[in-house]
Amino acid sequence: MTCRTLSRPGKRDAHAREAAGASQDVDTACQLTRMKLSLSKVVSGCRLGTLTNLGKNGVQTMELPGCLLYTKTGSPPHLTHDTLQAIKGVPAIVQLTLSTLVELHEVLEEYKEGIGKFIGMPESVLYCSLHDPGSPCPPGYNNNKTVSIWGYGGRMEMTASKFMSMQRALQPDWFQCLSDGDTISGETSRKRAKKSVDRSLFFLDECLQLQEKSPELQDSVMVGVIEGGDMLEERLRSARETAKRPVGGFLLDGFQGQAMAKETKLKLMASVTAELPEDKPRLIHGIGKPDEVLECIERGVDMFESSFPYQVTERGCALSFSYDYNPDPEAAVIKQNGIQDAGKNGTEKGINETSKADPEITSFEIFLKEKRYRDDFGPLVHGCTCYCCRNHSRAYVHHLLVTNELLAGVLLMMHNFQHYFSFFHSIRDALRDDRLDQLKKLIFRQAL
Amino acid sequence: MAAPSSRGPALSLRVVAECGLSKARACELRLPHGPVLSPVFMPVGTQGTMKGITARQLEGLGCRICLGNTYHLGMRPGPELIKQANGLHGFMNWQQNLLTDSGGFQMVSLVELSEVTEEGVRFQSPYNGEEILLTPEKSIEIQNTLGSDIMMQLDDVVSSTVTGPRVEEAMYRSIRWLDRCIAANSKPDEQNLFAIIQGGLDPALRTKCLEEMTQRDVPGFAIGGLSGGEAKDHFWRMVTLSTDHLPRGKPRYLMGVGYATDLVVCVALGCDMFDCVFPTRTARFGSALVPWGSLPVKNKQFAKDFRPIDENCDCPTCRRYSRAFLHALVRSETVAMHLLTVHNIAYQLNLMRSIRESIVEQRFPQFVRDFMRTMYGSQERYPPWAVEALASVNITLE
Repeated sequence: MTCRTLSRPGKRDAHAREAAGASQDVDTACQLTRMKLSLSKVVSGCRLGTLTNLGKNGVQTMELPGCLLYTKTGSPPHLTHDTLQAIKGVPAIVQLTLSTLVELHEVLEEYKEGIGKFIGMPESVLYCSLHDPGSPCPPGYNNNKTVSIWGYGGRMEMTASKFMSMQRALQPDWFQCLSDGDTISGETSRKRAKKSVDRSLFFLDECLQLQEKSPELQDSVMVGVIEGGDMLEERLRSARETAKRPVGGFLLDGFQGQAMAKETKLKLMASVTAELPEDKPRLIHGIGKPDEVLECIERGVDMFESSFPYQVTERGCALSFSYDYNPDPEAAVIKQNGIQDAGKNGTEKGINETSKADPEITSFEIFLKEKRYRDDFGPLVHGCTCYCCRNHSRAYVHHLLVTNELLAGVLLMMHNFQHYFSFFHSIRDALRDDRLDQLKKLIFRQAL
Repeated sequence: MAAPSSRGPALSLRVVAECGLSKARACELRLPHGPVLSPVFMPVGTQGTMKGITARQLEGLGCRICLGNTYHLGMRPGPELIKQANGLHGFMNWQQNLLTDSGGFQMVSLVELSEVTEEGVRFQSPYNGEEILLTPEKSIEIQNTLGSDIMMQLDDVVSSTVTGPRVEEAMYRSIRWLDRCIAANSKPDEQNLFAIIQGGLDPALRTKCLEEMTQRDVPGFAIGGLSGGEAKDHFWRMVTLSTDHLPRGKPRYLMGVGYATDLVVCVALGCDMFDCVFPTRTARFGSALVPWGSLPVKNKQFAKDFRPIDENCDCPTCRRYSRAFLHALVRSETVAMHLLTVHNIAYQLNLMRSIRESIVEQRFPQFVRDFMRTMYGSQERYPPWAVEALASVNITLE
């Protein structure tokens, strides 16, 4: 392949200049920049495309919009290799979180072969994010030199050099750059928002410099982080400045949580993505509800993560929303049933005193601990082809939840992951078929 | 979905090979949900699930029979619901064989307020406080509803450390209850009812119980009332006494035994079937079973140990994951328990498979010697009771 289609010209040029004359090094430069994003369609802000040449061998691809495979301590929650293999549509890219792996720093340094092989996923494309999107971290612990992350043993302060040393031990294919995203608590001043941008750019420059000097990370792609809280001018500055740097993609950070008004969020997202180059992926963390995913996609976001189906699993629920925007008449009846089921959550929640429902439960899921599922021998979702729905009933999963059996988490995780991954498949189909409006209507009707 | 494919006797046993020295034997048991090769270890899936691993995974490990607990399942979700699901096979979607216990053991061991009378066991439900009477008839009725391939009689369980007249009373009552269970079985051509030999640690009582029970027409026998904290010296003598009196043509099930050494010794003493919660429970506490004992992967010493649990094990866990990764997971992730459970069940089933092969190939005594050397290293570490028990069946450990 030629180096002309590279997505990281800045990086390549810098590297090529340094390595002038050494052909082997030029090859390396080619290697590290060959990830490529091809957009096949952009409809009212939504980007349909393909990421190619991913991973160490450069042979993997990922369709956009899409999501990453959520993991904790390097494993998809509750799932072994065997049970993960039974899920259809597993994303090509695995999301690792630095906060759940930070305590393995020394172990991985000694191991030397990288996190992929260590966690038993040598064939996967690995992206490492800073925090666990499933567990937000407390505000007020970042400064000009360090960013705090919360591991199992508590808080840990990351300087750029410690952060990069950890990345050298992990050897991920992609990683989120160290950044200060402590702007989501709702009381963020203009000054604090500006600081989040300044610090994150400073960290970015420092990390890029350190990457140049790290042979282990020459194949890794750094993802730049857009900060700026709810200040438009800071968001724009963050986007423009980050885009000038040789990063492989962008993470829109600081949009998690409920503190910022939704309208503000969406406006900021649209303004930010308008500043970003078209040929690099845009990621977002901590936004996972189906209706919110669609809203972000319309603002030009490409990649999400899958902590949402994990949270659904943890509260004993199964995703049950319909994403079939073009159903055949027979399936329409079934789908209608599914929607009715989901709608019942709110009204019947108080009836069963023995099972406490999580207040976070959304209208996209059903709470299987409810008494009415005790003798329901249907699958979690009619027509679902996941391992759980093909083999087990709602009554069985209800029993597992009531008796606190570990298999409940396994079966629900299998169903919820497959359901969620299929939802993204449906989004791409809808975009390709110009039916996104139908899908949106369907999803928003269920969001009520 | 889970109905037996053919009618006829619900159980038949063919002795495939017998050890020339000891009482060990390799058999093929034909059960309604397919053949089972013995000696066999049966993992315990108490509440209709095998502790976080799927039915498919369990099948993939080669498991052809596992346990469900009548007491737990009778409480939750209850027999009525399981009946609606076409029995326990249908409810948990398990296509292989199932064995259910009588429910009596849990009542005595888990429920503080229980009282045994001739009628049955009376106790208070820990879930709703309701008073429940478990009679032999009721136990069989529930087990008939569960649809297990092997059912256990309700017996009067006394702790193996109890002595005196209570042991005798329990033994005779267990015989009377066996007769009531046989009479109560509504599906003798689909579900096999096993008798449970009682009699505590008293050879005379055991012998009397054996005499009486072997006169009944039951498809199999269990050796009960052991493995409850009694001295190993008493334990093995009661086992060997039992197998001496049990008919050759019927399976012998030693209840609650699952430590590797105990399995090897008790196979030598003539037992065919075993169950124990230990392998799956110890997995959940972060320990892996290995031919040289156990490997507590939760311990710090394994943090940088990049080898698999056992280099010679080809289970799905050992093929992909290191001790160091398991160590990292064990602190916070349930998947660590699943991976260890998979390995430990694989270990138990592989051990039984190797035992069986050695019996078939007429090299069981040598297998026992190799096993003991690997497990204990040197002879001075061999447990004396095991040495003595093996010597009693002509296996000397040089």
